[in-house]
Amino acid sequence: MTIEVRNLVKKFGSFAALDGVDLKVDNGELLALLGPSGSGKTTLLRIIAGLDWPDSGEVSFNGEDALAQGARERHVGFVFQHYALFRHMTVFENVAFGLRVQPRAVRRDEATIRARVKDLLDLVQLDWLADRYPSQLSGGQRQRIALARALAIEPRILLLDEPFGALDAKVRKELRKWLRSLHHEINVTSIFVTHDQEEALEVANRVVVMDKGRIEQIGSPNEVYESPATAFVHGFIGESIELPVHVADGVVRLGSRPLGLAVDGLASGASRLFVRRHDMQVGPAGSGAFEGAVQHVRNFGPVQRAEVALFGGETIEIDAPRDKELRAGDRIGLEPRRYRIFAGG
Amino acid sequence: MTLQIADTVSLSPSQAKARAHAAAARDNLRTEPRAVRIAIITLAVLFLTVFVVLPLVVVFAQAFSKGILAYLAALSEPEALAAIRLTLLVALISVGLNLVFGLVAAWAIAKFDFRGKTFLITLIDLPFSVSPVISGLVFVLLFGAQGYFGGWLREHDIQILFAVPGIALATTFVTFPFVARALIPLMHEQGTQEEEAAISLGASGLQTFFRVTLPNIKWGVLYGVLLCNARAMGEFGAVSVVSGHIRGETNTMPLLVEILYNEYQFVAAFAIASLLAMLALITLIAKTVLERHLGEGHASRDH
Amino acid sequence: MSAIAARRRTLPGFGLTMGLTLSWLSIIILIPLAGLFLKSFEISPEQFWNILSSRRTLNALRVSFGLAFAAACVNLVMGSIIVWALVRYRFPGRRLFDAIVDVPFALPTAVAGVALTSLFAEKGWLGAPLAALGIKVAFTPVGIFVAMIFIGIPFVVRTVQPVLQDLDPEIEEAAGSLGASRWQTIIRVILPSLAPALLTGLALAFARAVGEYGSVIFIAGNLPNVSEIAPLLIVIRLSEFRYADATAIAVIMLVVSFVTIFAVNRLQRWAQNRIPAR
Repeated sequence: MTIEVRNLVKKFGSFAALDGVDLKVDNGELLALLGPSGSGKTTLLRIIAGLDWPDSGEVSFNGEDALAQGARERHVGFVFQHYALFRHMTVFENVAFGLRVQPRAVRRDEATIRARVKDLLDLVQLDWLADRYPSQLSGGQRQRIALARALAIEPRILLLDEPFGALDAKVRKELRKWLRSLHHEINVTSIFVTHDQEEALEVANRVVVMDKGRIEQIGSPNEVYESPATAFVHGFIGESIELPVHVADGVVRLGSRPLGLAVDGLASGASRLFVRRHDMQVGPAGSGAFEGAVQHVRNFGPVQRAEVALFGGETIEIDAPRDKELRAGDRIGLEPRRYRIFAGG
Repeated sequence: MTLQIADTVSLSPSQAKARAHAAAARDNLRTEPRAVRIAIITLAVLFLTVFVVLPLVVVFAQAFSKGILAYLAALSEPEALAAIRLTLLVALISVGLNLVFGLVAAWAIAKFDFRGKTFLITLIDLPFSVSPVISGLVFVLLFGAQGYFGGWLREHDIQILFAVPGIALATTFVTFPFVARALIPLMHEQGTQEEEAAISLGASGLQTFFRVTLPNIKWGVLYGVLLCNARAMGEFGAVSVVSGHIRGETNTMPLLVEILYNEYQFVAAFAIASLLAMLALITLIAKTVLERHLGEGHASRDH
Repeated sequence: MSAIAARRRTLPGFGLTMGLTLSWLSIIILIPLAGLFLKSFEISPEQFWNILSSRRTLNALRVSFGLAFAAACVNLVMGSIIVWALVRYRFPGRRLFDAIVDVPFALPTAVAGVALTSLFAEKGWLGAPLAALGIKVAFTPVGIFVAMIFIGIPFVVRTVQPVLQDLDPEIEEAAGSLGASRWQTIIRVILPSLAPALLTGLALAFARAVGEYGSVIFIAGNLPNVSEIAPLLIVIRLSEFRYADATAIAVIMLVVSFVTIFAVNRLQRWAQNRIPAR
């Protein structure tokens, strides 16, 4: 199933949750919608599911107008952030629900329903919980039951809203791997929403980065990490150093200090320079684009994180390998191995 | 954390004493001297006993003052039986109507956002702030001989006032808010996620309501019905105005209590009153049990 | 373009249920109440004034409003004491007394009326000792006062109780640790937090007592100008077919209770804004 979203706009009062969103999702993809809270990612997901309605724009599944159908007719599996399991039903009945409410003409007989539910519980490896109630399950178990319930209706599309948002860090990591392999197994076009970049980069085939109701970049995890298209993406993904610089006549300056960095035809004016923390190469004082004094140093396994007061007023944090120990008070030079400059203050 | 440690480590007597002292001082921040505590409890208990317990006890004492046979005889009078029947019928009608209304209204109000929601809830609450007598009066003004529809009703030979429909209408008016008010906050708190999940799994609106919403609010429904029923059976002022007091025909139990009492038939009056008091007590017990159920429902949601 | 112009809602049935709600509300509540006000417009202003300024009407209103206010004040004080005992202390029978507070809600008013009358009559359990002290309760305005106290108790207790229960214990500990005495903590910290709930309880108890009929008329004596409450006067006027009189008194009472409810709503909104929900 392919999904196509065109020029979607959704306003809540004067707040634009979606401000003209275009997106194409290919068959069998596992796509992540990544962005901070309020970026519109959940609204987009809910509109695709038919749980919310846009003010304007189009949504189509395999070229068919999806907005002509209600949530009930779309055959979309939706996994809610807080699972929304039916409290008064057992795990088994939760998963069976979608099969039991089908119109009588197409509803399968009880034996088939039971077999199907059992298969699904096997798939999520929780068949031994069939008779429990949701309140008796752990968060991770509820998450998987919610998924099994959504899969029961053989959805054309699977949508997951912050699937791991309410879980603790360890369970999260396990479930990520599990979701990837599950997707591989069932191969249904899937979209999940997350605010956690690590989750998006690790699980998805493609990542859609959103901010303020707009799509900032669409690309593979590698693309959005290695070549961020906008200042927002660079700042949001990975740990970046951001410095306000000024570009004039092909020269980049931090304060009054020329940095000696290439500009590639960037227009003159206030700009922002982005460098990943680990892309700052430490050298002796006087070498490199920047110069500064180490304030203090903390050691994290393979790296040492140093706070450096640059000459020019800014204080930055860098991650340096531990081959050369830094100490507070050291004067060092810094040269960015890779950097991006975006126009605008 | 330190407290836990203190429990496991053995303390010298002087240390233990010092700590007990400190703990007592800590408690003192949040409580009053013993004498004050006893005075407040005594006052509260005494007040409730005089104003609430004694009236309740006096009902049963009076009802059985001439022995159990007189009590049973009073209850098996045809007039008493007719009043019981009428009361049950009226309660059935008005509780039934308000149950359906309450469910419908709570769905519209709790599951959707719209302008004027607070105002609508205020309107539903109106009967709570209208004197029972006025609740009866409005129907007299509508359906009485000189009322707005009085002439039309007479032409078509339809009797509303001084008959069951009038009594049922007045009772429905005074019990109007009970079910809706029990359900709106409950359904609002439960949100719409489970319903959305059901719809996205292909359930129809009715399937969603009966299979997902209703099981979640069943204790709330029972709670509302219970309170609604207690008021419906016990309503006096409004019914008194519209009933016409036709003996054996339009007298509900509370009205019969009044009539018998005014005729100095105290045993009979209090015998009927004791049934109503029993209804009130059963309602309160059931209410207490239900509140525990509802409380658990809330607790299991807080994860 | 697809059918999104209709601003669809996710869950079905909004139009249907809202339509039913509004229709049913109109039929049972709004149209009958509107009928009352419509009727009152048929009365000329002079006639309206004559009805209301007649000695008997004025006295009935005075008895109803005056005694209701006095009873609500007693309920405010005693209700606070009961709430404090129920929430803060543990004593045998606490849960029983907690449940008993609701009896005036649940007990049919006519039953309460005959019970209170029998209790406070000259030969009653409480009436006899009081009579020995020279205090006559039943069939005097004091009896009305007693009945109004009875029906008002739960309103104060049930509005204040949850607020006191939810009061963060840390604010008292904070006040204590800052050197406030227990009395200072209660007056300066706890009471202000409870004030909106106390006022709401007072208003609700007052509104209920003003309109009360069943539990009052048996014990009242119903002597015109002395112990005749306004709702009873409405009933009497109705039985005399003096509909204009009944309507005028009813309209005045309704307006007062609507104003009270409006004040309560404003009070609660104000309290919510002042103390954000936890």
